[in-house]
Amino acid sequence: MLAWLLAPALLWLLLLIVLPHIDLALLSLRERVAPRVYRPSLNQFRTFFVEPLYWQVFVRTAILSALATALTLLIAFPVAWVITKVASSRASALLLVLCLIPFWVSETVRALGWLILLRESGVLPALLVKLGITPVPVELLYHDATILIGLIYTSMLFMVVPLVSSLESLDNALIEAAYDLGASGFVILRRIVIPHAAPGITAGCIVVFMLTLGNYLTPTLLGGKNSQWFTELIYTQFIVRFNWEQGAAFGFLLLALSTAMVALGLRLSGQRFVDVMRRA
Amino acid sequence: MISSLPRPVWLRTATMLYIAAFLIFLFLPLLVVAVFAFNDASYPAPPWRGFTLDWFLGNAAAGRVGLFRDSELLGSIWTSVVVATWVTALSVTVGTANAFLMERCRFPGKQALSILMLIPLVIPGVILGISILAFSSRIAELADSLFGLDLDFLRPGLPLVVAGQFSYIATIATLMISARLKRFDRTLEEAALNLGASHAAVLRTITFPYLRPALIGSAAISFLMSFENFNTTLMLVGPDAPLTVTMYGRMREGATPVLNAVSLFLMLASAALALALMRGSKRAS
Repeated sequence: MLAWLLAPALLWLLLLIVLPHIDLALLSLRERVAPRVYRPSLNQFRTFFVEPLYWQVFVRTAILSALATALTLLIAFPVAWVITKVASSRASALLLVLCLIPFWVSETVRALGWLILLRESGVLPALLVKLGITPVPVELLYHDATILIGLIYTSMLFMVVPLVSSLESLDNALIEAAYDLGASGFVILRRIVIPHAAPGITAGCIVVFMLTLGNYLTPTLLGGKNSQWFTELIYTQFIVRFNWEQGAAFGFLLLALSTAMVALGLRLSGQRFVDVMRRA
Repeated sequence: MISSLPRPVWLRTATMLYIAAFLIFLFLPLLVVAVFAFNDASYPAPPWRGFTLDWFLGNAAAGRVGLFRDSELLGSIWTSVVVATWVTALSVTVGTANAFLMERCRFPGKQALSILMLIPLVIPGVILGISILAFSSRIAELADSLFGLDLDFLRPGLPLVVAGQFSYIATIATLMISARLKRFDRTLEEAALNLGASHAAVLRTITFPYLRPALIGSAAISFLMSFENFNTTLMLVGPDAPLTVTMYGRMREGATPVLNAVSLFLMLASAALALALMRGSKRAS
């Protein structure tokens, strides 16, 4: 019985997760010296540090992802607060469903929406001209801010849901008691709400950061040639240039960054990985 | 709702405005996609030139190929459906086995396995894609050089796309089904066994009916996630592209409103799926 239940899990994890990643590591640590002849080497990693373009794109991707995560948290937190603590139960159920709806649609569709809204011939530039704010239509695509908007939009659900679930368990009496004892709104937020919501905040931030870092569609469509997203470099090396060794090295660097940030997030909030993922 | 706290008028107004702005932010992109599917122009852009159904029904003779005549788009919708069906079947089956394994069995290394099962969710999709691509082509090369076998399914194509999507969707199905199995009252099973039911009969008449909502829910989520997946799929795709990859290619070339038409179709399909799920879960609870 145990063997029958264990087999699918082991096949899945070994064949699709563990072995492919070991293979990827081996691939990144070898170098082609002649057709079908390889030797162990750290050259791919050296290239990454020597070539400014590569590590700059890497740092840029990390910073923009962190920024997108922080902004998503800032925008989502009041919404989660309203859903759990302000709105009546009917309104809050409706609001939560409204928040979920856009994420039932493909990310491609959502990116298409932003393209239609923001490009030079699009809806918002035309509106700005009509309102007399700009004399001619301006190009709103292909900026870093555009990429950020797209990423925040795409990640919103993964922040709202864990925040709502962690704020739901916060006993209202605690807030009322603090208020009666004379605490200001800011003190209540810092001393009661945020500590209680920490698991939800961590879960949301980890998932959003990871999804943002690994996103390919939104940065390339909304950022165009200026996007300079690290996943694009991986795609170029793997699929366009067929330099798998270099692509594997890039992949490992991205994986290392994402793992480091997950570990950091868990450490800072004192959470356990298993609990956080269950919550997300 | 906390009713005892004072809520001055300015705070209530600010809250309303914030929520309104947030909802506009959420729905504006979807709204413009839907609206411009009916605009009588060659590009999905303002100004409004009148209502048309060309982007659904038009044929090549009229100069506009509508969704229902666009064989490439229709073909890729079908490809996505086939892929999603496989991914759903695999994920729900493996997810159910995993749920029983983690909730009902004891074995050494269980703790490590439960962590390993969560790992696919924190690996970026692009990396899942390239690692499976690299590993499968290594196996294919080995099979070729050792046995002279040509294992076509290990080359980029739909079998690899299914494997790549399944690799992380299985985790989601596992979590959903485990969560329900954990709440199951085992005395029900014991009572049935005491009354002489066989293990198979207990599973069929008690445990699985109880799990049904989680099975249906995880199937719907798996189907949807597979249908929407882009990052992993892009790395593993062969000549037959699923819908998201085809749409991405068209969007880079400069989209015509036929993409709005297919997007609207997707929105309606998702809405139907969501409604069906909600009704189903209401009946179950």
